[in-house]
Amino acid sequence: MNDTYNVKIAGFGGQGVMMVGQLLAYAATELDLYALWYPSYGPETRGGTANCSVIVSKKQINSPVFSKATHLIAFNQPSLTKFLNNVKNDGLILYNSSLINQPSPLENIQMVGVPANEIALELGNIQVANMVIMGAYIALTQIFSVEIIEKMLKKFLGEKKAHLFGINQQAIQKGIDFVHNKGDIHA
Amino acid sequence: MAKVLMKGNEAIALAAIKGGCDAFFGYPITPQNEVPEYLAKYMNEHGKVFVQAESEVAAINMVYGAAGAGARVLTSSSSPGIALKQEGITYLAGSQLPCVICSVMRGGPGLGSIQPSQGDYNQATRGGGNGDYHVIVFAPETIQETIDTMKESFDIADYYRNPVMILVDGLIGQMMESVDFDRPVKQRFLPPKDWAANGTKNHPGRRNVINSLYLEPKELEDHNLRLAKKYALVMQNETRYEMINMEDPDYVIVAYGTMSRVARSAIEILEQAKLKVGIIRPISLWPFPKQAFDQIGENCKGILVTEMSLGQMLQDVQISNRGRHPIAFYGRSGGVVPEPEEIVSAVQNFEKWRVE
Repeated sequence: MNDTYNVKIAGFGGQGVMMVGQLLAYAATELDLYALWYPSYGPETRGGTANCSVIVSKKQINSPVFSKATHLIAFNQPSLTKFLNNVKNDGLILYNSSLINQPSPLENIQMVGVPANEIALELGNIQVANMVIMGAYIALTQIFSVEIIEKMLKKFLGEKKAHLFGINQQAIQKGIDFVHNKGDIHA
Repeated sequence: MAKVLMKGNEAIALAAIKGGCDAFFGYPITPQNEVPEYLAKYMNEHGKVFVQAESEVAAINMVYGAAGAGARVLTSSSSPGIALKQEGITYLAGSQLPCVICSVMRGGPGLGSIQPSQGDYNQATRGGGNGDYHVIVFAPETIQETIDTMKESFDIADYYRNPVMILVDGLIGQMMESVDFDRPVKQRFLPPKDWAANGTKNHPGRRNVINSLYLEPKELEDHNLRLAKKYALVMQNETRYEMINMEDPDYVIVAYGTMSRVARSAIEILEQAKLKVGIIRPISLWPFPKQAFDQIGENCKGILVTEMSLGQMLQDVQISNRGRHPIAFYGRSGGVVPEPEEIVSAVQNFEKWRVE
């Protein structure tokens, strides 16, 4: 992996934006890397806009805020519009194409759309759309192995929500499969 | 213990338990709510006291009572809540009662916002309470440093019999970082609390009274002089700061808490632009590390103070600089956290932001 990843994850409150960010930060901690997660949301949570920033680094993390993200994960149209121009050269924009029209291409930035809502609905629960995105994200970036993400997912869900592990795990796998089957489209 | 990922507020709570906190009294306010939330769950498990008071004023006076009985006490709040506690804080200082106060700053004045800010520098270091008193104020920059400071703070409070404040901005409270709870901290020899009002079993016939009322002028002056002597000792022993990249820099940035981390990133960018910039990072805000400014080299073209406020620590820097170097100020407020590029630009356009 690179020395440092700045990841911006944004969407509506309730779409599981914070969870995706926290799983990345937990995975980094598990691997003894430096991790920082920082949420930003309006006064209302569900339905409002929410975003979080995650920094994963081999080095001690200085500034908790960054102007340019290595990777942007956008769950809805306003989030993409808001952060579109804050992605680094050679960066990645991963977006939920169920809710976002295909954006015009940007030079030196890889853009990948994943119909996360449709895939999640096929699995029977729209709430796992975030894990579809998570699967696509780790498949595209190779930042963490699926094993470590699943391990963190188990820990995150805890005993109370253990029965949801299966469907979330399937969602991650669907996201990975989607990226692999897409072949050269995102190259 | 291996590293764990933890939210700043929860880390503050767990570090307090590890630091030997016996009792917590507080009243909810964003962005510090996870501190009492965590303690409500775990203080009982550890056989300790947790009380959600009916108000901030009640909470700080419960702190006074429990500290007077010899317990190690914590309270936690955010800007408007700390404002309400000021009366209690001067009574604690006046009665020489140890306690730890955690202040997680949000935007102000008034109700302000719930976003991060450093607008309470003056509130923390000058206080809104009456009389000649000081609170020992530490401003850590990472969650790790917050944990280490919290673990040590109960000892420092007990040692000097004085309130200690841990001052962080809402960002440190709300973010998560990978941290280690088992880093060793300085141990102190603490005399027994033979002043505590906890019964006469150990000293039959002699009552201990906790009080800050001295009606005889000479008596009160003696008390003030005793406090002053103690504060001089605190200045001598507890002044803390970090000098970063300070070998003959072109410019010096002064920043604390989250802003010092933003400054660390800024000086890396400035180095690529062939500008050598150092950082003076005050860790104790009272006592303020004046002596750090005597070590700035002759070739320094100026000092940039940066805060998430419109200039509060700036005044302490001006006092410490004693007119030796030009000073510029760059601040954001209202909950905006400046990005490193803004600090880079402020150093490069020093004259634009110059105030002295």
